Amino acid sequence: MHRFKALAIAALVATAAAFAGSGAVAQSGISDGVIKIGVLNDQSSLYADLAGQGSVVAARMAVEDYGADKKGLKTEIIFADHQNKADVGSQIARQWYDAEKVDVIVDVPNSGVALAVNQITKDKKKAFLVSSAASSDLTGKACSPNTVHWTYDTWALANGTGNALVKGGADSWFFITADYAFGHALERDVEAVVTKGGGKVLGKVRHPLNTQDFSSFLLQAQASKAKIIGLANAGGDTTNAIKQGAEFGIVKGGQNFAGLLVFLTDVHALGLDKAQGLIFTSTFYWDMNDQTRAFAKRFSERNRGIHPTMIHAGVYASVTHYLKAVEALKSDDGTAVIAKMKATPTDDPLFGKGTIRVDGRKIHPAYLVEVKKPSESKKPWDYYKVRATIPAEQAFRPLADGGCELVKK
Amino acid sequence: MQIFGVPTQALFGQLLLGLINGAFYAMLSLGLSVIFGLLNIINFAHGALYMTGAFVAYFLLQGAGLGYWWALLLAPIIVGLVGIVLERSMLKHLYKLDHLYGLLLTFGLALVIQGLFRNQYGSSGLPYGIPAQLTGGHALGFMFLPNYRAWVVVFSLTVCLGTWYVIERTRLGANLRAATENPVLVQAFGIDVPRMIMLTYGFGVGLAGLAGVLAAPMYQVNPLMGADLIIVVFAVVVIGGLGSIMGSIVTGYALGVVEGFTKVFYPEASNTVIFVIMALVLLVRPAGLFGRGQ
Repeated sequence: MHRFKALAIAALVATAAAFAGSGAVAQSGISDGVIKIGVLNDQSSLYADLAGQGSVVAARMAVEDYGADKKGLKTEIIFADHQNKADVGSQIARQWYDAEKVDVIVDVPNSGVALAVNQITKDKKKAFLVSSAASSDLTGKACSPNTVHWTYDTWALANGTGNALVKGGADSWFFITADYAFGHALERDVEAVVTKGGGKVLGKVRHPLNTQDFSSFLLQAQASKAKIIGLANAGGDTTNAIKQGAEFGIVKGGQNFAGLLVFLTDVHALGLDKAQGLIFTSTFYWDMNDQTRAFAKRFSERNRGIHPTMIHAGVYASVTHYLKAVEALKSDDGTAVIAKMKATPTDDPLFGKGTIRVDGRKIHPAYLVEVKKPSESKKPWDYYKVRATIPAEQAFRPLADGGCELVKK
Repeated sequence: MQIFGVPTQALFGQLLLGLINGAFYAMLSLGLSVIFGLLNIINFAHGALYMTGAFVAYFLLQGAGLGYWWALLLAPIIVGLVGIVLERSMLKHLYKLDHLYGLLLTFGLALVIQGLFRNQYGSSGLPYGIPAQLTGGHALGFMFLPNYRAWVVVFSLTVCLGTWYVIERTRLGANLRAATENPVLVQAFGIDVPRMIMLTYGFGVGLAGLAGVLAAPMYQVNPLMGADLIIVVFAVVVIGGLGSIMGSIVTGYALGVVEGFTKVFYPEASNTVIFVIMALVLLVRPAGLFGRGQ
């Protein structure tokens, strides 16, 4: 009888242990049964074409192409407009994480907003896939175990464009810089490259984000007599500066623009006659191979004919890699998924094979491109020719130089 | 020679550029002033209609092959007609109500118009070239002045002064001003006040459309081009004094110049300096620099 009792107790304990075990599995599984992806970006202002709805389309395509439904991963995509304001962006991020059970925030142009979301994501132990924001601080002093910085950063731009120009004899620079986190980071990183290459910075001027009239800044740049006017801004600010630069005879006067961050949509907005000859760095171009062309065709059909920028490509690829990690872990726990993403080599149709470093930096080649002359463009959106490929191992800041605390010294 | 570390030559350049930007402030705030004076409506749709003017120029070129000079003539008329439709269908019901209602309606209209254009044409803007006759520029010694910008200053100054003359010095203008003071009495003299109000609104927003055409070759034709400008223009109107014609012209140019100088001495503040001035003016002279307190 005693033996029977002992057996019964053992059975009870075993059952309880089994239940406890299954409980633990449920806890580390997909929270609420849904992987909720939040695309947070500029939906209405100067960065809305280079990211905006296109990023939402790219995220949707990533989920569809991955076949998440068939694999039993239930996903939901939501999006919001942060209006390029850090406070608005932070508030949305908090609400998404706390109330709407969002598991991962994607894209987030405007480094000011991205740095804020980066911190919130870290505090809440969720996941953050950066495609638009450029500041290299996201994998430097602000690096986080919950963030992957996919597409490009200010260091890569400076290294690509700055180096090429300095080597080509551009030894005096004047910066026209957007006055917020991104502009400052880009200016800082390019200036380092210029001075290292023996060049000089003759002056700089900082303009408020989303400026219409650049004439005053252009005049100062003209007066500096610098060979290169470096535009450390993006989107509508860059196109406005270049367009008005033509009016003020900047190029005719022997000076040249360096668009330090130029997107496909900017070139489209400027038109080839104004943009031709611009040299800049990009990590993706839609007309590289059959896979990118096929993607561009499907993408543009769903995005008002606008072809994918490198940001859209980055959203697609990072969401794809994220889903892979979630599937492998059978969990959407932010910290664990990001760790898994870093541990797994990446492979997608747009960026090819690559890796993600411990500091969150995604590593892939970068391309130095030149905008075609109108006569060289054979089809719609045929804008770039690739002048040089910067191999993956040289394209981004060396791991040890970033000052990221995740990197063991 | 230098002033506060800035060469005087550079300052001359900024002065000129300030006048160019001031030209847009002046033309837009003039339209706002005229509309406020007669209709008592704070027309928040002004920026959207300025943007519409630029888009009309773009459509005329793309759709009908009509270039800049035609646009300069036709776009203000088209925008003016749009304005008249808005006035007849919506605004006229609000004249007897508080300013707030007109402000809310026109603000809503502005959001709708901008939203529609942005949905259709994106936010990067569309290219619009400088007319062939006005490309190039002249080296003035202290700066390179693009011909097109010189044209903008001269043309807008002419339009502003012409408007001022018509309103302040002609019989038509006298009727107009009388109607703002006492519409019932003016109507008793046999003048069709509602029609005059309608045409005034059409003219005011036509000015905005004209400014839009002037802006198109300088900036991208962008659905958002009016949204930021209109806030500054309202500050200009407040500083100049609501309803004062000369006040809005002078203030428009003067603030353009102030903003230009700010871009040299402390560029980071260039988009806030006008609002700082506005706050100061409101503290010292609540009716505005040229306004008559009531």
